[in-house]
Amino acid sequence: MRVTVDVGSAIDVAALTVRRGGRVVLDSLSCRIAPASVTGLLGPSGSGKTTLMRSIVGVQRIAAGTVSVFGLPAGSPELRARTGYMTQSVSIYDDLTVAENVRYFATVAGAGRTAVARTIDEVGLAGAARQLVHTLSGGQRSRASLACALVGDPELLVLDEPTVGQDPVLREELWDMFHARARAGATVVVSSHVMDEAVRCDRLLLIRDGALLADDTPAGVQAAAGTDDMDAAFLTLIRQSGQEPLGGRERGIDGGADGRADAVTDLAAKAAEQRHTRSDASDTGGRHARGDRQGHGQ
Amino acid sequence: MTPAITPRILAATAARILRQLTHDPRSIAMLVALPVVLMTFLYFMFDGAQPLISNLLLIMLGIFPLVAMFLITSVAMLRERTSGTLERLMTTPSGKLDLLFGYGISFGIAAAVQGLVAAGCAYWFFSMSTAGSAWLTVLVAILGGLLGMSLGLVSSAFARTEFQAVQMFQIVVIPQSLLCGLFVPRADMATWLHVLSDLMPLTYVVEALQQIGAHAEPSAILWRDAGIVAGCVLLALGLASATLRRRTA
Repeated sequence: MRVTVDVGSAIDVAALTVRRGGRVVLDSLSCRIAPASVTGLLGPSGSGKTTLMRSIVGVQRIAAGTVSVFGLPAGSPELRARTGYMTQSVSIYDDLTVAENVRYFATVAGAGRTAVARTIDEVGLAGAARQLVHTLSGGQRSRASLACALVGDPELLVLDEPTVGQDPVLREELWDMFHARARAGATVVVSSHVMDEAVRCDRLLLIRDGALLADDTPAGVQAAAGTDDMDAAFLTLIRQSGQEPLGGRERGIDGGADGRADAVTDLAAKAAEQRHTRSDASDTGGRHARGDRQGHGQ
Repeated sequence: MTPAITPRILAATAARILRQLTHDPRSIAMLVALPVVLMTFLYFMFDGAQPLISNLLLIMLGIFPLVAMFLITSVAMLRERTSGTLERLMTTPSGKLDLLFGYGISFGIAAAVQGLVAAGCAYWFFSMSTAGSAWLTVLVAILGGLLGMSLGLVSSAFARTEFQAVQMFQIVVIPQSLLCGLFVPRADMATWLHVLSDLMPLTYVVEALQQIGAHAEPSAILWRDAGIVAGCVLLALGLASATLRRRTA
């Protein structure tokens, strides 16, 4: 696994505060994301991952702080041709085929025609390219949406839960592809709530309650928590931070103690659910004919 | 700054919206066939009596495209907002005007198809006659479609759900249809209704069509009315552009 030496940052988030509906979603969050690397945003649902991603691509109204990408303010027109963003919901046109969707976003991004077929192949949808999106399975739809973000070969890839609903074989391939993109120079930011995906990232940002809980390599997180198991490591870090004072942070409807308890149970539930899918997955794994499972450094 | 419109993106957007429409043949069939069916009702309701039926169908040729394009556009734009495609487009080099004019071009083409079929049927099957050119009739019908499209784009900004989007029809389109001169000639309306009617753009679509009906050569009032409607379309597109925010809460 690559360890990125400090060569400046691709993304610089400084004291970012975002309020949504009167609630503080991100609270003076600061972080830096290294270029040409895969950075994982992890945390329970509602922790602010999506809001941080929206801030990075420049569509989030922010209350305070700054976000800069490649030295420019996030959302600058110059950045838009260099950014690929995949939202958490499948944000493509249901009533178009996969190829028509990818071709449209390719043209918007200024990508060449050859990029369309290559990208569709890259997400494993070559066989479904001429199918209307609303006839696809959930996992296929999500990959079609991913293809629309990848198609311009953007220097910044911001992917909100791109591996949700994918079987283990495809998940493996997608993570390999994210790393291939990073090796080619792209800055890849991937959110996930599946904790065993954390080890696949070069660097992790653990977010909880709109604040940064950890910014470290997977190995660093494991060492700090004193366990190799990522689920356990995160639970430990959350419990550790739970004992720290909240520093007078303004809280919304979910009061401090309750919010913490919720986050821990949420995460524990996610971990249980994911262990469940993992045992399911071993059944479905064999069905996939694509044999080129490249092993990935665990 | 980046240009407000990138021809490449505008063309791709218009083509994309048209392609979405062509994947929905039932919508196209309804778009084209419904005006003909409704005109058939009108024709037989009034036993084809002239000049009543000519005057009536001429007004309907302005109302059909407005109604159809308003409904289609407001739902299509609402889907852009709720599905996340709008948010995604806002992270791309696409400008707001690329999107809005993309709707204008594609639904303008749809309005042209609808207008040609409806006007063709009116002239040939329902013995509608106008003193002026049939092509001008089609052009004004297209203008009515563009008006419906632009009003649909604006009103979708004020709807959170499909239910609300469709109800906007009752706020935006029905009052205009009531007061445009279809049911009661504008000259016979009470002053306050006449003033309201003056403020509604559909009134000028209908008046322009009536000018074509009455005069062999394009009249000054026709050009003025066409100008007013075109101005309203641009105004509505400007308003719609203001409701498209790159950054949202």
